[in-house]
Amino acid sequence: MSSDFDYSFIDEILERHGTDHGAIIAILQEIQEKYNYLPREVFPYLSKKMNFGEARIYGVATFYENFSLEPKGKYIIRCCDGTACHVRGSQPILNQLREELGLSESKATTDDFMFTVETVSCLGACGLAPVITVNGTVYPAMTPIAVSELLKTLKEEAANG
Amino acid sequence: MDKLTSREELIALRERSSNSLRLEKTKILVCGGTGCVAGGSLQIRDKIRELLEAKGIEVAVELGHNEIHSDVVGIKTSGCHGFCEMGPLVRIEPQGYLYTKVKIDDCEEIVASLETGDCIERLAYKQNGVVYQKQEDIPFYKAQTRKVLEHCGLINATSIQEYIALGGYEALEKALFEMTPDEIIDEVTESNLRGRGGGGFKAGRKWKSCQVQKDPVKYIVCNGDEGDPGAFMDRSIMEGDPNRLLEGMIIAGVAIGSSEGYIYVRAEYPLAVERLKLAIAQAEELGILGDNILGSGKAFHIHINRGAGAFVCGEGSALTQSIEGKRGMPRVKPPRTVEHGLYEKPTNLNNVETYANVPMIIMNGAAWYKSIGPENSPGTKAFALTGNINNTGLIEVPMGTTLREVIFDVGGGMRGDGKFKAVQIGGPSGGCLTEKDLDIPLDFDSLQKVGAMIGSGGLVVMDDHTCMVEVARFFMNFTQNESCGKCVPCREGTKRMLEILERIVAGNGRDGDIELLEELADTISHTALCGLGKSAPSPVLSTIKNFREEYEAHIYDKKCPAGQCKKLVSYVIEPDLCKGCSKCARNCPVNAITGEIKHPFTIDQNKCIKCGACVSNCPFKAIKEA
Repeated sequence: MSSDFDYSFIDEILERHGTDHGAIIAILQEIQEKYNYLPREVFPYLSKKMNFGEARIYGVATFYENFSLEPKGKYIIRCCDGTACHVRGSQPILNQLREELGLSESKATTDDFMFTVETVSCLGACGLAPVITVNGTVYPAMTPIAVSELLKTLKEEAANG
Repeated sequence: MDKLTSREELIALRERSSNSLRLEKTKILVCGGTGCVAGGSLQIRDKIRELLEAKGIEVAVELGHNEIHSDVVGIKTSGCHGFCEMGPLVRIEPQGYLYTKVKIDDCEEIVASLETGDCIERLAYKQNGVVYQKQEDIPFYKAQTRKVLEHCGLINATSIQEYIALGGYEALEKALFEMTPDEIIDEVTESNLRGRGGGGFKAGRKWKSCQVQKDPVKYIVCNGDEGDPGAFMDRSIMEGDPNRLLEGMIIAGVAIGSSEGYIYVRAEYPLAVERLKLAIAQAEELGILGDNILGSGKAFHIHINRGAGAFVCGEGSALTQSIEGKRGMPRVKPPRTVEHGLYEKPTNLNNVETYANVPMIIMNGAAWYKSIGPENSPGTKAFALTGNINNTGLIEVPMGTTLREVIFDVGGGMRGDGKFKAVQIGGPSGGCLTEKDLDIPLDFDSLQKVGAMIGSGGLVVMDDHTCMVEVARFFMNFTQNESCGKCVPCREGTKRMLEILERIVAGNGRDGDIELLEELADTISHTALCGLGKSAPSPVLSTIKNFREEYEAHIYDKKCPAGQCKKLVSYVIEPDLCKGCSKCARNCPVNAITGEIKHPFTIDQNKCIKCGACVSNCPFKAIKEA
């Protein structure tokens, strides 16, 4: 176990949820909310504290799409590719995002950990299609030009701290 | 709020609340659904409040917090109106005006207009040159029958007191104090209520088979994992009228003999989780949830589980696995969920809309319920209407309404110059319906006859610019991604089908591919373990059935008749229309367009990546697909 990792945060989560195995998804969700991903250090620690096989926890973490074992960028852009967004042109938006940031299907995060681009099956905001979200905020009726401008704003925001 | 310890106390609270509600003469309801919030509705609400307070007008945000008199203006955060495309929406009562696409700058005018009670026509909805001042007159609403969604958009979604004021929890009272568990189940059985999650299984029969299980511990589970892309009915109910869902679940608990309920909500619906948590906390505070509901001696608790992004968790046995903190993988049935569900206990699993139907069935009786829609599929159904249609949004119509009425009356017809081509119903497990199916009544049995299903109720309307092979590829890509990998037919079979579809849309289709798709589809639907796998080939089969010639055009002529498959189109600039402005060249990401200013430009086909940026940027519409 890594000594410089701060486990007190995890202790605090465990205190609230208890160590019942049924709580594992909620616990992992809270950890991911803080770090944006699941740091490898948490697996052996949770396993010991919860008396739950490390492989089982890893199995859960890799089964669900929302969990990531890789660090993500400061801005997580989720491009909706649900049916409604798809027929209203989500693909050109995704292409534009990936191209401007030098990303692809296999490379989702920029090297400076500023942006992560991923797709999501449906955000349930179909009336506003096509939509993207940036760190949870919904941007409706997007176009390739609009995302391009949004990226510009986000980059400026990032540069100004 | 004090805990209610008897039925009488709830009745008294209802009376007090509905009196205050009546006294609030003027009300401003700002839509707080996901769509409108994205458009800035909450800032609009705060601005209106600020402006009113600056004018010295007393505002009421929460019912019962201050003394209500006729000068008080109520400001409410309502649930989703369903008319998301026109948002942010603001409704003014008592007149019933609906303002669309409201901006922060409009707030001052809205506040000023309250004095005279006049409608700001500029903000009212317009269609074909007619201005519709009142929400009820707008064709989109006029053609609907809103029962389950009756409160969505009209009440404060964050106040249990408002729900109570409008008759909320009256059905629960009746179930607790006037009916036996058997009578409740008989009423639901008699009403012919069928599960709104897809299969259309009779809810009463399910409840009964769970009730008769010997195990004393039983669970009530609500499936809020609305994963079908293009569907958001359940989201709107959970966000807009969460108490209706809670009431339905508590009644189910009382009838079946369970004291624990779980709502499994998908991860993409954070607002729904927030509203449900608030509603549960308020219900617990009032003693409507807890160890001794309204002093009846009956107990019921509700827990929320957030999904973590797995479509397969919409399947019953996978969902219960996920609540238990395991990988959400379906298991072989039988035993069924009612015998062997959550924590291996008898479990009643229904979806959000099904539970939301229960209170009105208990309140008004089975005979009333059966008077809506056809005998075999009574009641209403909420649909999410999306795609290339004028009015997208959430709608509710009686079962048995035809597709034509839904698309052309409620939906306002096709968007732009597109022609109706098909509608995808039931998401990735459903099929497509075409022109010839427009007069089929939308109910469980009629749709099954034509090889489609209601599913959860997503209706994606497609026009003649949509390529059906690409649609099939899209759905196959979705199910392939979401296959949990447990059984071979689904894991490997969908992968092979996807590969074939990918090569067809890329222009590399081979002779025999259609037949191969059909053969694979047949095997998968007969051998896959769960409903997701069994129905995965449906979109492919139904597009082949209805649009075989489109598949053939891709495979044999290397053409996409809809002009959507990028690998099969090329863009050319029409010299007669091109003014030589160079806008296309500046927007081309790969510098494939060259030319001299004020002379027609040309596209280098070898460099062109067919992104379409030039087409959308050309001010003269001079770039065409060839």
